[in-house]
Amino acid sequence: MDATATSASAVARPTSRLATGRLVVWGSFALALLIAPLIFRSSLAITMLSQIGIAIVACLSYNMLLGQGGMLSFGHAVYSGLATFVAIHALIGAGDGSFPVPVTLIPLIGGLAGMFFAVILGYVTTKKAGTPFAMITLGLGELVFAMSLMIPEFFGGEGGVSANRVVGKPLFGLTFGPPIQVYYLLAVYTFICTAAMYAFTRTPLGRMLNAVRDNPERVEFIGYSTQRVRYISFIIAGFFAGVAGGMYALNFEIATAEVVGAGRSGLYLLFTFLGGATFFFGPIIGAILMVVSFTLLSEMTKGWQLYLGLVFMFMVMFAPGGIASLIMMNLRLAAHKRLGRVVGWYPALAVTALIMLAGAAALIELVYQLQLGAGLETKVAFAGLTLDTKSAASWSGAVAVMLVGYALFDFTRRRFGRVWGAVEGEIAAENAAREAR
Amino acid sequence: MSTAPYAIELKDLRKSFGNTEIIRGANLAVQQGERVAIIGPNGAGKSTLFNLISGRFGPTSGAIVLNGKRIENLLPYEINRLGLARSFQITNIFSRLSVFENLRCGVLWALGYKYAFWKFLADLRDANERAEQLLHMIKLDRKRETLAMNLTYAEQRALEIGVTIAGGANVVLLDEPTAGMSKSETTRFIDLIREVTVGKTLLTVEHDMGVVFGLADKIAVLVYGEVIAFDVPDAVRANARVQEAYLGSVLADAQAAEAGVGRPAVAGA
Repeated sequence: MDATATSASAVARPTSRLATGRLVVWGSFALALLIAPLIFRSSLAITMLSQIGIAIVACLSYNMLLGQGGMLSFGHAVYSGLATFVAIHALIGAGDGSFPVPVTLIPLIGGLAGMFFAVILGYVTTKKAGTPFAMITLGLGELVFAMSLMIPEFFGGEGGVSANRVVGKPLFGLTFGPPIQVYYLLAVYTFICTAAMYAFTRTPLGRMLNAVRDNPERVEFIGYSTQRVRYISFIIAGFFAGVAGGMYALNFEIATAEVVGAGRSGLYLLFTFLGGATFFFGPIIGAILMVVSFTLLSEMTKGWQLYLGLVFMFMVMFAPGGIASLIMMNLRLAAHKRLGRVVGWYPALAVTALIMLAGAAALIELVYQLQLGAGLETKVAFAGLTLDTKSAASWSGAVAVMLVGYALFDFTRRRFGRVWGAVEGEIAAENAAREAR
Repeated sequence: MSTAPYAIELKDLRKSFGNTEIIRGANLAVQQGERVAIIGPNGAGKSTLFNLISGRFGPTSGAIVLNGKRIENLLPYEINRLGLARSFQITNIFSRLSVFENLRCGVLWALGYKYAFWKFLADLRDANERAEQLLHMIKLDRKRETLAMNLTYAEQRALEIGVTIAGGANVVLLDEPTAGMSKSETTRFIDLIREVTVGKTLLTVEHDMGVVFGLADKIAVLVYGEVIAFDVPDAVRANARVQEAYLGSVLADAQAAEAGVGRPAVAGA
C-alpha cells in the first residue's frame, strides 16, 4: 500500500495538482480499507486485516518518535499495552454497567489512557535525548512489564484480563460481535488516526520535531525548548499508541502482560524501520509486513524469527531507509525518466540475493532441527531436498551456497551501485542546469 | 548611565573551565544599533564570550544584561525569546530540511506559533511570507526546496545567517561568519550581512582585518579573557596597549595579505 507515496514526493508541485494528488491518495487509502475484506474474505484474512489496522496506528505513532523526532524508543509498547489494559477494564465496566461507555469509543478510551501514561512517564523519558533517551525507555519498559506481573488485580497475572465486546444495545443493528463489524470499526479508527498523524507532520510542532531530530542544539537558539518539543510530541505519540492499544482490546478481547513487553516494543521498532522511518507512509508498509510475517511466515517455518532477523540485518546494511525509501528512490528516477536504466539490474539482484538467502535458510533450518530434534530426528525437508544435521555435506553445502550467493550478490550490487551513481549524477547535473537557467 | 539601556552589557564577567579561567573579568557596553567586531588572538576567549552571552554556558560570576534585563542565568531559548540570536562558527542548520523549512523554523517562535499542533504550516501566511522574504534576502531563492545538507559551503553559511536573523532578534551575534570562505565570497558575504542586519545591534567575531575595519563601528579587543580596548577603529588602531598586545602583528599580517602573501593567520578562539 504505497498510498501516501505521491503526497510525500509532491512537495514542490503547484498547489492545485497537490490538492488533487492528496485527494487521490487519501481516497485510495479509504477505498483500500473499505474493499480489502471484500477481496480477502476468509476469516483468517479478516482477522489479519484488523490486526494490520491496529499495527498501522501503532507503527505510525512509533515513527512520530523514531523517524520524525529521532527518538529511538525501546518501550513504545508500554503506552499501547497499558492502554489495552485500561480499555479492557473499560469494556468490562461497560459490560457490567459500572462504566457505561459505547463499544465504539473503547479505542478512544485507550488513546486517553496512552496519553495519560505518556504525560507521566514521558516527562522523565524526554528529559534526555539520544542514547540516554533510549536507555530510559528500555528501563521503563522493563519496569512496567515487571509491574504487570506484580499487580494481578489490574493486570490479571499470567492469564491476563479478558472481556466481551458485545455489550450494550446494538447501534444501527451493529453488535460488533462478528469480526467483520469490528474490522470496519477499526478501519475507521485507522483512517482517522493516519490522517491525524499525517496532519501533525504539517504543523508547527511537527516541523519543529524534525528540527529537533536534525539539530537539537540549534533549536534552542531559535526560541524553542527541545525538551518541550519532545515531551509534547511524545504525549501525542502516546495518545495514538493508546488508540492502537484500545483497538487491540476490542479485537482480541484479552490483555496479557505480553502487550507491554519488550518483545512488542522491539517489533514496533523493527517493522517501522523495515517499512521505512524516513517517509510518513513507511510504517504502514512495516505494519502490513508485521502482521503478514506473524501469521503467514510463522505457519511456514518454525524458525521464522531467524529469517526476520536476517532480513532486518540485510535492510540495515543495504537499505537503511527501509522499503519506503527504496520505493521513493525508484519513483525519483521514474520522474526523471531514467528508471529504465536500472530496472534491468533488479532480476539479477533478486536472483543472487535469493541464492544467498537459500543458503542461509538451509543453515537456519538445520540449526533449528538440531535444536528441536534434540539429536533424535536429524532429517529436515527443505525446498524439495532432505537435509541431515548429521551430514557434513548438508552443512557445507548450505554454507557454500550462501557464500557463493553472497559473492555473486555483492558483485552485482557493486556494479549496480556504479550504474545507480551515474544516473544520480545525471539527475543532479540536470537539476543544476535547470537552476542555472 | 544613559537613558536607553545598552543592547548588551557585560559586567565583570568571568568563566572558568576547571582551574583555567578563560574569561577574566570582561566588561563591555554596546549601544543600541552599534556594530561591534570582537577581535583578539587565538585562545583569547572570543567564542567562549559568545557562548556565555547566548546562554550556551553559564558564567562563573559577573552579569550579562540584554536590553536592561539580566540574562546570565537564562537558557538559550529564553535568551532568544528576549531578542538575541546567534550564528555558529561551524555551520549549524537543520540538515534534512529544505532551505525554506529551515527559515520557517526560524520564524515560528517569534510569530507566536510556539508548540501549536492544531494549525497547518501551509496556512500560516505571515510565517510563510517572512520565510520567503528571508529566502530572497539571503539570495537562495533558487534553492528553496534543496535540503540544507546538499547546499554548497557558502550557501550553508548564508542559510546559517538567514536562520539567525529569521526571528527578528534586535541583537545578533555572528561567530566568524566568513570562516572558510574565499576572498571574493567574503566580500559578497559582508555586503549581505550588512544588508540583513540594518538597524540591529551586531556583535561579530572576525579574524579577517579587512572585514573588521569595513563592517564595524567599534572594535572590542579581547586578550586573555579581558576587553583591553573598546573604541572606534581608528582609536583602537592607535591604542598603544592594543598594538603592544596584539594588533601590531595582525596589522602587519593584514598588510602582507593585501600584498598577496596570504591570509592573516589569526584563527578563532
